[in-house]
Amino acid sequence: MDFGRNIRVAALAVAVVAVSAGTALAQKKYDTGASDTEIKVGNIMPYSGPVSAFGVIGKTEAAYFRKVNDEGGINGRKISFISYDDAYSPPKAVEQARKLVESDEVLLIFNSLGTPSNSAIHKYMNEKKVPQLFVASGASKWNDAKNFPWTMGWQPSYQSEAHIYGKYLLKEKPGAKIAVLYQNDDFGKDYLKGLKNALGEKASMIVAEDSYETSEPSIDDHVVRLKESGADVFVSVTTPKFAAQAIKKRAEIDWKPLQIVANVSASVGAVMMPAGFENAQGVLSAAYDKDGADPQWDDDPGMKKFFDFLRKYYPDGNRLDAATAFGYGAAQTLVQVLRQCGDDLTRANVMKQAANLQDFAPDTLLPGITINTSPTDFAPIDQLQLMRFKGQRWELFGDIMSGKAGH
Amino acid sequence: MSAVEDVATEAPAVEAVPKRAMTVGAGTSLVVLGLLVLVPVFAKNFIVFQMTMLLIYGLAVLALNILTGGSGQFSLGQSAFYAIGAYTSAILMEQYNLNYALTLPVAGVICFGAGFLFGQPALRLSGVYLALATFALATAMPQLLKLNFFEKWTGGVQGLVVTKPDAPFGLPLSQDAWLYYFTLVVVVAIYIFSVNLLRSRSGRAFMAIRDNEIAASAMGVDVALYKTLAFGVSAGITGVAGGLGAIAVQFVAPDSYTIQLAISLFLGMVVGGVGWLPGSIVGSAFIIFVPNIAEGISKGLSGAVFGVLLFLVIFLVPHGARQVAIVGQQLLGRLRK
Repeated sequence: MDFGRNIRVAALAVAVVAVSAGTALAQKKYDTGASDTEIKVGNIMPYSGPVSAFGVIGKTEAAYFRKVNDEGGINGRKISFISYDDAYSPPKAVEQARKLVESDEVLLIFNSLGTPSNSAIHKYMNEKKVPQLFVASGASKWNDAKNFPWTMGWQPSYQSEAHIYGKYLLKEKPGAKIAVLYQNDDFGKDYLKGLKNALGEKASMIVAEDSYETSEPSIDDHVVRLKESGADVFVSVTTPKFAAQAIKKRAEIDWKPLQIVANVSASVGAVMMPAGFENAQGVLSAAYDKDGADPQWDDDPGMKKFFDFLRKYYPDGNRLDAATAFGYGAAQTLVQVLRQCGDDLTRANVMKQAANLQDFAPDTLLPGITINTSPTDFAPIDQLQLMRFKGQRWELFGDIMSGKAGH
Repeated sequence: MSAVEDVATEAPAVEAVPKRAMTVGAGTSLVVLGLLVLVPVFAKNFIVFQMTMLLIYGLAVLALNILTGGSGQFSLGQSAFYAIGAYTSAILMEQYNLNYALTLPVAGVICFGAGFLFGQPALRLSGVYLALATFALATAMPQLLKLNFFEKWTGGVQGLVVTKPDAPFGLPLSQDAWLYYFTLVVVVAIYIFSVNLLRSRSGRAFMAIRDNEIAASAMGVDVALYKTLAFGVSAGITGVAGGLGAIAVQFVAPDSYTIQLAISLFLGMVVGGVGWLPGSIVGSAFIIFVPNIAEGISKGLSGAVFGVLLFLVIFLVPHGARQVAIVGQQLLGRLRK
């Protein structure tokens, strides 16, 4: 009967509506810092102090969230991005983190920069159960889901990167004699550890290691000393200024080992050019994101989006500065996580979704490198590709490699 | 004689402050203390934490004030003593499981020793030369803390994480509030000690040296002893502040104690008024809150804004908070009439 069928259809429709409305209501869940209209995201950056150059990352992120808001926000909610200066001082970072969590009441702290500053707030954030998401530091300790379930890194850890060089050397130059120059801080030491782990039983391949302080005006004498060790591989775990010095000095004293420079110093503009292109030929490194200075990406769709964004939202930002690409990629990853959260904007769900990223590729990552996380894997990017310096730019070669131990 | 030496000997860089003018009246002190006691009742935990840091930096500024305002010696090396104190507390708490309250006297004694020893060679220096020597100490400290040799105690570049103490005897206080009261008691005790020290024979000896070294020695003051003693006391108090700082921040690392900290403390002393002990708290408030204000005005130019604010303070009230307090007192006096 028509009438009966109509009734049944109507009843079903009502039931469906009721159920979906019920789930929709049940799904809208908020913790402090999130509401129907807004998501509060905190951030700590060294806008002043010794590493103020990294402040560009925070400014890029602020600009990116402005763009997201202009385009309607995330599921209708605007991001309000609160970024404070800690001048790279750990006690100040603690003060700012507490201000963000207890006074501004943010949902999470995103991409706070520096190993010392993040170490200082590591315990606090986990005690308070507030996400310390996509930490801007390459220390390996951010990937510890078991003991610190509220903290997650973003970039490949220094150890992962060192692992890749170790694997490459074992395969291509198994009889190499390696000399390592490293910066005497967490960055240098983590790196050295990763390299030794990767070499495993053959760690004796390292015939010389030497460290320098960032306060030294020149590292020339370290390079000379390492040459005397008779090594034929020179691993330079240095920050940009020193990396350029090491390349130049090595060429000057006519030492011709295979030179590897850490990714942090792979910048064409800040390292290779000052070191002299003729001196940098054949230098090896690894990368995970596209270099804005490299013309091969000029027509890349992802980088075009990135350059457009810089023009429109952050005209002061320099595309040659790796920090802008870094901030852009990290901000895109956060937006992806918040999108995945849907209407369940609790801190627990933020961490759950951050640990549930599958093959996500921000515009600025190298083709083939994707972000993957799981409840036990808190290292979003752990792939890199090797590259060799030729002419005036880097040439990528080989497969994309994973830096995970045991792979 | 070079021009610099002329300046150093003829015009004392530190203006003589009579000892009565170094403190405030008992009534005012009690009102301030009362307000400080009430803070945790009304404030959020974050504000309580900030107030704890205010007291801790205030203590460090007070220590410098005893040295500079009291005995007329400069130091840009207070961050080094602060670091030694912080690491002493952190290492004793984390590696030897010592109670946090007991680590403070140890930190104080060790820093007193370090300061006294450093004061020995520093005796030969005065004015800007002494400032430079202490500056060297402050620059060297973060690197010493990174040395491999000390790494098993200091944690090297990674620093040490410190556990925050709970309120004892089941007191219904949050960790922050408890630490605040604990810090307040320590600070008040040291403040009273400092006031009495400066009023005592030793304090008079300090001030005699500050005002005129030759006259002081003619009066029978053992200049060398009292100069090093001032260094020791100042370093010891700074060390206690460092220990408290480590407990409040829950983390120590070489990068926490750079020359920047020493300069901040120096700034705090000048803003608070050199030689005026209560000004230490005002100076401490300046170095904690004004950078935040500057940052609120402009992120990219926070350093420049901070500079302008500092310049305004120095220009308008060159004697710092002491000057403001004196003017305020005079106004009050006029109102009473």
